[in-house]
Amino acid sequence: MSFRARHLLGIDHLKPDEITALLDLAQEYAAFNRRTIKHSDALAGMTQINMFFENSTRTQSSFELAGKRLGADVMNMSMQSSSVKKGETLIDTALTLNAMQPDLLVVRHPHSGAVNLLAEKVNCAVINAGDGRHEHPTQALLDALTIRRAKGRLHRLTIAICGDIAHSRVARSNLILLGKMENRIRLVGPPTLMPSGVADMGVEVHQDMKKGLEGADVVMMLRLQKERMDGGFIPSEREYFHRFGLDAEKLAVAAPDAIVMHPGPMNRGVEIDGTIADDINRSVIQDQVEMGVAVRMAALDLLARNLRAERGRAASGVMV
Amino acid sequence: MSTTLFTNARLIDPEAQTDGMGSLLVRDGRIAGIGAPDEPAPEGATQIDCRGRALAPGIVDWGVKIGEPGERHKESFRSAGRAAAAGGVTTVIVRPDTLPPIDTPEALEFAARRATDAPVNIRHMAALTRAREGREMVEIGFLTDAGAVAFTDGVRVVRDSKLLSRCMTYARGLGALIVGHPQDASLSAGAAATSGKFASLYGIPAVSPMAEVMGLDRDLALVEMTGVRWHADQITTEAALPALARARDKGLDVTAGISIHHLTLNEYDVGDYRTFFRFTPPLRPETDRQAMVDAVASGAIDVIASFHTPQDEESKRLPFEAAAPGAVGLQTLLPAAMRLVHQGGLTLPQLWRAISLNPARRLGLEAGRLAKDAPADLVLFDPDAPFVMDRFALLSKSKNTPFDGARMQGRVKGTWVAGNRVYGGEA
Repeated sequence: MSFRARHLLGIDHLKPDEITALLDLAQEYAAFNRRTIKHSDALAGMTQINMFFENSTRTQSSFELAGKRLGADVMNMSMQSSSVKKGETLIDTALTLNAMQPDLLVVRHPHSGAVNLLAEKVNCAVINAGDGRHEHPTQALLDALTIRRAKGRLHRLTIAICGDIAHSRVARSNLILLGKMENRIRLVGPPTLMPSGVADMGVEVHQDMKKGLEGADVVMMLRLQKERMDGGFIPSEREYFHRFGLDAEKLAVAAPDAIVMHPGPMNRGVEIDGTIADDINRSVIQDQVEMGVAVRMAALDLLARNLRAERGRAASGVMV
Repeated sequence: MSTTLFTNARLIDPEAQTDGMGSLLVRDGRIAGIGAPDEPAPEGATQIDCRGRALAPGIVDWGVKIGEPGERHKESFRSAGRAAAAGGVTTVIVRPDTLPPIDTPEALEFAARRATDAPVNIRHMAALTRAREGREMVEIGFLTDAGAVAFTDGVRVVRDSKLLSRCMTYARGLGALIVGHPQDASLSAGAAATSGKFASLYGIPAVSPMAEVMGLDRDLALVEMTGVRWHADQITTEAALPALARARDKGLDVTAGISIHHLTLNEYDVGDYRTFFRFTPPLRPETDRQAMVDAVASGAIDVIASFHTPQDEESKRLPFEAAAPGAVGLQTLLPAAMRLVHQGGLTLPQLWRAISLNPARRLGLEAGRLAKDAPADLVLFDPDAPFVMDRFALLSKSKNTPFDGARMQGRVKGTWVAGNRVYGGEA
């Protein structure tokens, strides 16, 4: 097994063989999840805490289901309504939880780098479920698995990532992962939603969506946050949809077998036309959700294995 | 009536821009003369053999934050004074951004009384507007009489250009110096990094260096309009240099400074969200850093300072964008600045022009000179002595330095204020 990481904080720290190992295991869990009896004891006896400092329904339930299917004891903590409001710092919260001896900590936080900070202070395995505008590694991994299953490979593909790149951790993690696996990446969107320094990132940047989608094998749409829609970054929803919303006409310039992806939740009629999202021949959006559980099971399983091995070494007195 | 003779000294004279061996005689707190390296000591004089080490005017550090009043747990005049003495800083120019700010003569008198705890010279800046809120000007006249050497709201930009123009006009009438923080406040709101690839990949809210250029352009236009004496606290980007040069060509009374951190670190030093590297303005790309070192060498930037900003551990143990900005610097200014000398960017006399002579001159102080009758504020240091920085060895109450664990060169061997030794035992 070549997955060596202690935590899953970002794609940036993973090597291509680690990514492949995780996806291979996730592939097995994807088959496992389609059985009627989907229960394993891989994490039996282990405690998994989901700590979400930012609202989430989809990601949190995906992690919860992943942990439960592997037999872990899963606890959800909504940090919005807790001691954080009483002025407790992130580190103190981490230390408090750490004292309860969890084995796996799944964390989402609105500040970039916050999950890295927390991981330094605890002695369990930490999974980043999204930190600020920085990374969302399990989303990139589930996207990668979805692409690999639909396209039969994860390299030498032309992938267009479209929409609000600047504020999206999903885009960042995907950019890094797909770059590591040697794909051709295009970023498509208005310049107000492009990150600074994008010219140094080894990607193509397009403002004309049709040029950006031309011949693409994968079209990855991003969610446009409601608060960015009115006047600040783009003039209006309808102008955005006209120029950057994915509809049949724009999709026609992509490769004939191009797949359409979206991390959800979708704004139909803003970034994507409803009929395309529902087109079972093009849209793999439901597959992404399905692969999400499988990828998170693989991540939890691999980190738990590394954690057990580490604790075993410590218990037997072997110098690490 | 004490007399001290420093022999075998490598004399760094920022005024004459010379660096050569000699001796220096101190009598009654002032420099009495300069002679040959082996000058015989007058009768009754204490002799100090400098053994070839560098002897220079003490550092004048412009823009130091001390936590009195309000945040004495972060830094007091006593702790800052001891750190200054250990760092070769003989005059500390204190910022007014305390809690509450130094915005009345009474507040200034309090700070001045507390400042007697420090073994080095302390001079105070006052706020430019009441409570640093940018709405009403302070009593510039009374505060000048009380000893304020300059007026500034620190990093809080006065957004109201009309008010700022009136402050400047009023200050010009009194010959007072205003220190500005060139920055467009709305562009830089919330920013913790310089926009670019690094900030984007790490997802840190960022601001373009153009915000500094815009702030500078506005302030310089108002300086031209009002004729005030004006100093930019920190110019950190190459793009701002042409505007500064144009202002001087027009004959405006303008000077500019930069922090030592912007001259020795770049944006990539932040690494994995290390909050001791969070500054206002944020660290810049390496190209800017190099351009600013050149600008100090050419004289386009006048002053290097530490912008000593003590922060307790709790203010820094936070996610990067939520952490408090700033670093302590009184004790690290000299060894950090020696990096620029060892890398060949600056000569020692050039460096001393920026950390001692220029700030003293601009603030109307006698310090910063190695000449007869100048105050005997001196630092004796070994420019080459290597060491590894340990933040817990710093004398400041706060230990937030980005140089923790860094290999540095340049150790202070002794510091004198008005001829009295305030740091160091051995020669």
